[in-house]
Amino acid sequence: MVLNTTIRKLLLVKKFQLGEFEEVVILTVGILYREAYGVSIKKEIETRLGRSVSVGALQTALKRLEDKGYIESSDGESTEERAGRPRKYFQITALGKKAIEYTRSTRESLYRAIPKIALKTNIVGI
Amino acid sequence: MRRNSSPPRLFIRLFRWFCDESMHPYIEGDLIELYKERLSNYGKTRADLRFIIDVLLLFRPGIIRPLFTNQNTTSMSIYKNYITIGWRNLLRNKGYSLINIGGLAAGMSVAILIGLWIYDELSFNKYHDNYNRIAQVYCKKNQGGETYVNTALVTGLGTLLKNEYGNHFERVAMVRARTEERVLANVEKKFTEMGFFIQPEGPAMLSLRMKHGTIDGLRDMNSILLSSTVAQKLFGDADPVGQTISMDAAWDLKVTGVYEDIPKNSHFHEASYFATLDRYLNGWASIDAWDNYHMYIYVQLKQGAELEQINAVVKDSMLDHIGKETAEEEKPEVFLHPMNRWHLYSEWENGFPVMSKNLVAVWYYGAIGVFVLLLACINFMNLSTARCEKRAKEVGIRKSIGSLRSQLVQQFYGESFMVSVFAFCIAMAIVQLSLPWFNSVSGKSISIPVDEVIFWLMTFTFVFVTGLLAGIYPAIYLSSFSPVKVLKGTFKTGKRGATPRRVLVVVQFSVSILLTIGTIIVYQQLQYAKNRPVGYDRSSLIGLRAASPDFRGKYEVLRNELKNTGAVIDIAEANYPITDTRGWNPGFSWGEKVYEPAFNTIFVSYDYGKTIGWEFLEGRDFSREFASDTAGIVINESAAKIFGIKDPVGEYLKWSPGRDRGTFRIVGVVKDMVKGSPYDVTYPSVIFLSRDDMQWLYIRLNPAVSTHDALGKIEKVFARLVPSAPFDYTFADEAYAAKFAAEERIGKLASLFSALAIVISCLGLFGLAAFTVEQRTKEIGIRKVLGATVANLWQMLSKEFIMLVLTACVIAVPLGYYFMNTWLQQFVYRMPLRWEVFAISCLGGIVITIVTVSFQAIKAAVANPVSSLRSE
Repeated sequence: MVLNTTIRKLLLVKKFQLGEFEEVVILTVGILYREAYGVSIKKEIETRLGRSVSVGALQTALKRLEDKGYIESSDGESTEERAGRPRKYFQITALGKKAIEYTRSTRESLYRAIPKIALKTNIVGI
Repeated sequence: MRRNSSPPRLFIRLFRWFCDESMHPYIEGDLIELYKERLSNYGKTRADLRFIIDVLLLFRPGIIRPLFTNQNTTSMSIYKNYITIGWRNLLRNKGYSLINIGGLAAGMSVAILIGLWIYDELSFNKYHDNYNRIAQVYCKKNQGGETYVNTALVTGLGTLLKNEYGNHFERVAMVRARTEERVLANVEKKFTEMGFFIQPEGPAMLSLRMKHGTIDGLRDMNSILLSSTVAQKLFGDADPVGQTISMDAAWDLKVTGVYEDIPKNSHFHEASYFATLDRYLNGWASIDAWDNYHMYIYVQLKQGAELEQINAVVKDSMLDHIGKETAEEEKPEVFLHPMNRWHLYSEWENGFPVMSKNLVAVWYYGAIGVFVLLLACINFMNLSTARCEKRAKEVGIRKSIGSLRSQLVQQFYGESFMVSVFAFCIAMAIVQLSLPWFNSVSGKSISIPVDEVIFWLMTFTFVFVTGLLAGIYPAIYLSSFSPVKVLKGTFKTGKRGATPRRVLVVVQFSVSILLTIGTIIVYQQLQYAKNRPVGYDRSSLIGLRAASPDFRGKYEVLRNELKNTGAVIDIAEANYPITDTRGWNPGFSWGEKVYEPAFNTIFVSYDYGKTIGWEFLEGRDFSREFASDTAGIVINESAAKIFGIKDPVGEYLKWSPGRDRGTFRIVGVVKDMVKGSPYDVTYPSVIFLSRDDMQWLYIRLNPAVSTHDALGKIEKVFARLVPSAPFDYTFADEAYAAKFAAEERIGKLASLFSALAIVISCLGLFGLAAFTVEQRTKEIGIRKVLGATVANLWQMLSKEFIMLVLTACVIAVPLGYYFMNTWLQQFVYRMPLRWEVFAISCLGGIVITIVTVSFQAIKAAVANPVSSLRSE
């Protein structure tokens, strides 16, 4: 594990590594604020973005985000409908907030760099 | 089926097994929450399916628990490397992996289903706690030079065994032979139920699981034990113990207990009630009679008693009681037949045990299961060896770096085990989802025995053996490559690799074609028997048992009232049902001529012929207009043949079965009616006219009135005239169709298995064709450049495979002929074996092959030679 992390650190020139799906997930965790756990995140993404999310994909993404320190989790209550299994609630950490900010600002700077004409043609093209 | 709202347990377990411990409670909670929501939205099947998909999709890095916690151990890391390489190989050739795993999974699911079925057959009767100590009393008898083995015995024997031989037995219980169909009623609620009349010790011997009341509840003559289903039907959720119900509106019985329903794989599964034998015998038979054979006798041996020893003791116990003459002539020999042999070893021929139908079925399905699995394994072998050229370089490099051959064998075995485990998971999903359907086809109620250690042991062995079988060829063949040759590039798979592959394809197709032939013949025979003329009109004919003393003397009233409704054309009575061959009597003679065999004798009322739609060959039906018809008889074609009278109508037959019953005039000859097995000969019957009340009512509905309306009108008449009996009718055509259930089951299962066998074989062929084409890409390119047409190339590529399938046909046809001819021998009424069946099966095999191979062949032949020649 030690070796793995070192390699990752060496390879990661980028400041904040955030994949597309991970980004969607962390944003949704933000939207749900204190109500973010597995099922609610899944449903939120499905209704907001209209794409289906498998439990597997979501849990993997959550684990990665947690490993990277972008989100943190806390145990919730266990309810009848979950046959006594506890919920695990997620919250964005300070580092996570920075990561979102970073991604957003890079995106925006890229967007702004597109010459206006390129976008216009695109719209006409449609 | 049990309705539960929990997700498939097997997959929860699978998930717990592979999931990282720190994550599993949360994710499982999510899964269950989603499951419950889907359950209420889409129903159980879809919820189950989605759950299974979710679990399988969770099988991914990040969620799977770490395989090895300590990563520095070197001997472990090489295994890890094997897994990595194996995994990458699967991913790189997605198409082939799919064929491989899919084929193996299909084969496995068939094998698992069959395995569960066989397990169910072998565990028959194990529900009873005293399984190893219960036995049924049998009697071997000599009758007319043949030895018969009987289970229906006299009450005297049971009483004798209890009193004189009681030191060997813990319990002895007599039961009225056969289940008795009775009407149980709690005031307004009436149901016709099957059950047993048994002695008080019976329930404890059978270890019924009591829900209410006591297992010892049959001490009083007027008591009854109910199954929980019947108790529920009669009393709802209330505790019925102490309540009174009536049986056939004749007896009031006190409910003394309620037992858990006996499962389907028990000999006693039909028992909806247990009433007392004393109640049954009361008034007309004694508990110590030696002349009426109408009892089953069950015994429970004392702990540690040896069956053989007891058999020696009781062997001659009947001799002293049945009169010297009979004893000398029949030589009755009593023996005990243990419960663990009841289901599979209870068929005798001339006094010797023979292979029973159930046992044949176990072997038959077992063989199919093994074959289908073998086909899937062959696919795996074929594809692996075909791909060996691609792996050859890897083997070479591994060997030159210092890999031992044994390590390579391990590696390839590891890969085949990995595939086998994957396939197993998919197979389990398929089995889980198809079980309800399988149960309905096979008439069982099987579930996956998740709690049984033996089941997991079996599945483990099963996965292991499959992996071993599937991996044996690649492991030995691939690991044998010489590194120098392989790396220098002079290595050629050539003929050496191709011959075994060809043999395997031939085996595969032989099995597939064999199964196809079998399926077609089973269906044809079924259809042939279904189309057999039955000698009466089954449509809109209903029958019911007059199951209440209220019927007595009401026949004429009932008949008139029913006819007045306009919904009924005619109604008649008989002493036995029309779909049954009960009632056998000897003792007919014509003048000097005495006829040896027993005839099927039934008694009917006037109008019987009209009601069921007899077809007369000669003479006429019974008629009220001729007073002499009370001493008249109608015989059927077969009987007429045996009597051998030239013009039978008007002749007189004497009948004295033991005592003289008088002389009867033949008034008509009817066509044979198929009453028993539709595959058997029709029995010679003599039909008498009777004016007594009889057990079976037959009603011909008026086709002008809709069945629904007609039944409603009839029911009203019944409710008014015989309120104590439920209107439980059966349609004659349905009762007749039920005779085909066993063969229909074989047909359905056989078609499923052969369809799967063909699909698996085709998958294999498809993969193999793809590889052949790939290997010959350059050759095809050059041929094309030199002027070969697409048709030429297609022919060249397909020829090899078609030859293989033709060889398979040559093997399958004689085998199919032999097996199916043997199978058909069991039916007297059977269709002739025709060559068309074999031709069609072979042709089908060839066409499927051509289609499968052509897809690849044409793709390769059409491809632009430039692209294939330019590569590299």
